[in-house]
Amino acid sequence: MKVHYKINGKDYEFDIHPGKVLLDVLRENGFTEVKGNCYMGTCGACTVLINGTPKTSCTILAAKINGAEITTIKGIGDILNPHPLQKAFVEKGAVQCGYCTPGTILSAYALLKQNPNPTDEDIKKAIDGNLCRCTGYVQQIEAIKYAIALLKEGR
Amino acid sequence: MERQIIGKNVEKIDALALATGQPVFTDDINLPNTLHIKFLYSPHANAIIEDIDTSEAEKLRGVHMVLTYKNTPQVYHTTAGQGWPEPSPYDTCMFNQHVRFVGDRVAAVAADSEEIATEALKLIKVKYNVLPAVFTPEEAMKEGAPILHEENPQGVYDYKKNLVAHIEVKAGDIEKGFKEADVVVEHTFETQFAQHSPIETHATISYLDENGRIVIRSSTQVPFHVRRIVAQVLGIPVSQIRVIKPRIGGGFGSKQEIILEEVCAFVTMKTGRPARAVYSREEEFISSRTRHPMKITVKIGAKKDGKFTAIRMYALSNTGAYGTHGLTVASNTGSKTLPLYNKAPNVEFVADVVYTNLPVPGAYRGYGATQGYACLEQTVDMVAEKLGLDPIAIRKINHIRKGETSPIFEALGEGREGVVQYIESEAIDKLLELGAKEIGFYEKWGKKIRNGSKVRGVGMSLHMQGSGIPKIDMGSATMKLNEDGSVNVLYGGTDIGTGLDTVVAQIVGEVLSIDPKKVIVYPSDTDITPFDKGAYASSGTFISGSAVYNTALKLRDQILEVAKEMFGEQDSKDYILKDGFVISERSGKRVSLSEMAYDTFYVKKQKQIMAVGSFVSESSPPPFAAHFVEVEVDEETGIVTPIKYVAAVDCGIVINPELTKGQIIGAIVNGIGYALTEEYKFGENGKVLNPNFMEYRIPSSRDIPEIVPILVETYEPTGPLGAKSVSEININGAIPAIGNAIYDAIGVRIGSSPYTPEKVLKALKEKNK
Ligand code: FES
Ligand code: FES
Repeated sequence: MKVHYKINGKDYEFDIHPGKVLLDVLRENGFTEVKGNCYMGTCGACTVLINGTPKTSCTILAAKINGAEITTIKGIGDILNPHPLQKAFVEKGAVQCGYCTPGTILSAYALLKQNPNPTDEDIKKAIDGNLCRCTGYVQQIEAIKYAIALLKEGR
Repeated sequence: MERQIIGKNVEKIDALALATGQPVFTDDINLPNTLHIKFLYSPHANAIIEDIDTSEAEKLRGVHMVLTYKNTPQVYHTTAGQGWPEPSPYDTCMFNQHVRFVGDRVAAVAADSEEIATEALKLIKVKYNVLPAVFTPEEAMKEGAPILHEENPQGVYDYKKNLVAHIEVKAGDIEKGFKEADVVVEHTFETQFAQHSPIETHATISYLDENGRIVIRSSTQVPFHVRRIVAQVLGIPVSQIRVIKPRIGGGFGSKQEIILEEVCAFVTMKTGRPARAVYSREEEFISSRTRHPMKITVKIGAKKDGKFTAIRMYALSNTGAYGTHGLTVASNTGSKTLPLYNKAPNVEFVADVVYTNLPVPGAYRGYGATQGYACLEQTVDMVAEKLGLDPIAIRKINHIRKGETSPIFEALGEGREGVVQYIESEAIDKLLELGAKEIGFYEKWGKKIRNGSKVRGVGMSLHMQGSGIPKIDMGSATMKLNEDGSVNVLYGGTDIGTGLDTVVAQIVGEVLSIDPKKVIVYPSDTDITPFDKGAYASSGTFISGSAVYNTALKLRDQILEVAKEMFGEQDSKDYILKDGFVISERSGKRVSLSEMAYDTFYVKKQKQIMAVGSFVSESSPPPFAAHFVEVEVDEETGIVTPIKYVAAVDCGIVINPELTKGQIIGAIVNGIGYALTEEYKFGENGKVLNPNFMEYRIPSSRDIPEIVPILVETYEPTGPLGAKSVSEININGAIPAIGNAIYDAIGVRIGSSPYTPEKVLKALKEKNK
């Protein structure tokens, strides 16, 4: 069947098997910045924004969200023009292996859109579903707080 | 020495690529015409495959190969990616006819898509002769127990007893030591199966290059060992194989194993097509690698003044169905713990490593030291209590000091004799003092501060690890100068997310006095870079870093030599390198590295300025760490919550504080998970019952306490620019420190990890009986 999405601001049409989850459809079509591994909605590596809300793309049938607007990590900033969150993660040592990073940053991005002045607890809650085995989270949380400062300065 | 580049928070060189989702991981590329590989696993803990019929599966459209023991090389090898000759037994084939745990591989299908491969697996008919199974080392060692490896593998101590290895080392007279003691304490502690859980699972892609050589792109910690072992299994020369390591999504030891590479390479060799195998999270739990569970007994004798007279440690290690890393992990249980208390003149370490019909433990961050410290550091607290000393005081009396040695260093290495070594850098007393101060140890210890059903306690533990495997592990590098004064560094080391590439750039930047941004690092590709043993044994900065350091020194010598010629001077004794220039302090002449490269490429003295260097260490300088934790135990629910965790760490000179901090905190959180929630649950038949993150709980952002890393710098003369290792040691503290803190809070010792609410409640109930 055919599905249409707007991904990172551009229109796409894919011919998919109706049983496929969004994560696989995205990866098979070159959006490999979306990572996956648990296919149960428990690790958060596959997080994308669907109409602005962070969702685990491994638990969503691609067919079900026909017409949706999808944002991957590349939709908020790229290597030539990184988003303050991406810069902050780099600067604060919050990227180790980096496998969880796109998902975690997208969760943080959605939080800051909704609530530009989150508490530490809010931040922890926002990235609670994004498991990271490398950093121990402390530097990720510091990075998100630093990004808030960067955003306020308009950097 | 004035430091320019090291000691600074240079940004991790691949961080932006990772944060913006560049296609850098193994499975981020999609090769046309790829065959997708899926595996069939044994449902039985111990069985012989009597018959396997793959004909229906082979007939399915899109299926190109079905692999079983019948059509794959029956080459016994070890999956452990270690140095050669390998200390692990040769007890595994690509596919075994005798399957030895629920999750052992029975067959694989290579098909046009994952869906077809999965479909085909269902069509494979297997007839098993199911045998009785054993699940604990005690059962497996009993007379009449089933023999797991009837083939009597090369490198196994006594296959008839399922005994993979037996270790015994002694120093002094242990019985005399206990006789001389005023108090003797004996304590047994048991640790559990656990999974590394890197967020990227195992992944391998293979294909033929234009000349028909096999290229393996793999998420591995040990590219050069992969090349050697795949060549061995496939019976082809190493020159026919190239191993590329892309970015790795975490390893922690699990990717020090060769478990997908040989299968992919075989499919590519047989079909000529690219092959891809990626483990699912469930496969990661049931069929990749785990941590060796151990039952450890520590007996310590001490004089009234606190001085130890004797320490005995016995470790019984469960190495599951295969012996990978069995001997060496158990060796480390003694060798990385006992030298810490070298004041005891009489020491004994004994270990048995035993096959059972359970999943396969391998290398895991901490590598046996984690298990050893879990028991040792609680026993030390028990001795202190008996003597009326506090935990810090007793450690101060007994710990090893700079300039000292331990007989264990020489007696016990990794699976063989060790080497004599003296401690050249150490700041243990300072670690103890700073850590105690940060947590408020003396204000809180023994106070049992209560709030309703919740009681707070503090605990601590002390640790050492090592840096690389002495006289075995080697790293090397090549380096060349470019027209803009930048330097290409090709080194064999394997950054698996720790930031080693960045550390390398900083070391080169420091030696040559250039901006680390001008150091272009290319790691571990077996065709392109020189050899390195890989990422394990806390050796990244120490071994690979030293190799790079040595090479940079050689490059510097060449640069100075060329400068001398360019300046027309006699000797280069007072030349310095500064910010990309060579400056003659005597004549004031200066030349930039860029001008020098132009000159040597195009004008005079035409040649490439280029160096190659290697490093192998004579010793394994230990980093040290003192861990302190405050916990809250709820006596009603049994829940243990860490409130604050302090790690004071001596890792020599700190090359990159932010990256170092990251290694420390990451290891602590990994340790907290192991101490509190992470454990395999098995069914009666040895089947893993919780192979997913829903039921196997690793910590999330909401599970972490306040964490304070304290870096205490020392200078390690044998390390690159004074550095030692840091990545492994900090996983060792959580079990003993939290155990000691639970005891401080509620007065019970729990005999095994993890410290689950059930165990806490049960222990409280027994205490109150
Ligand atoms: S892959 Fe989607 S949450 Fe893990
Ligand atoms: S950085 Fe490796 S999983 Fe988060």
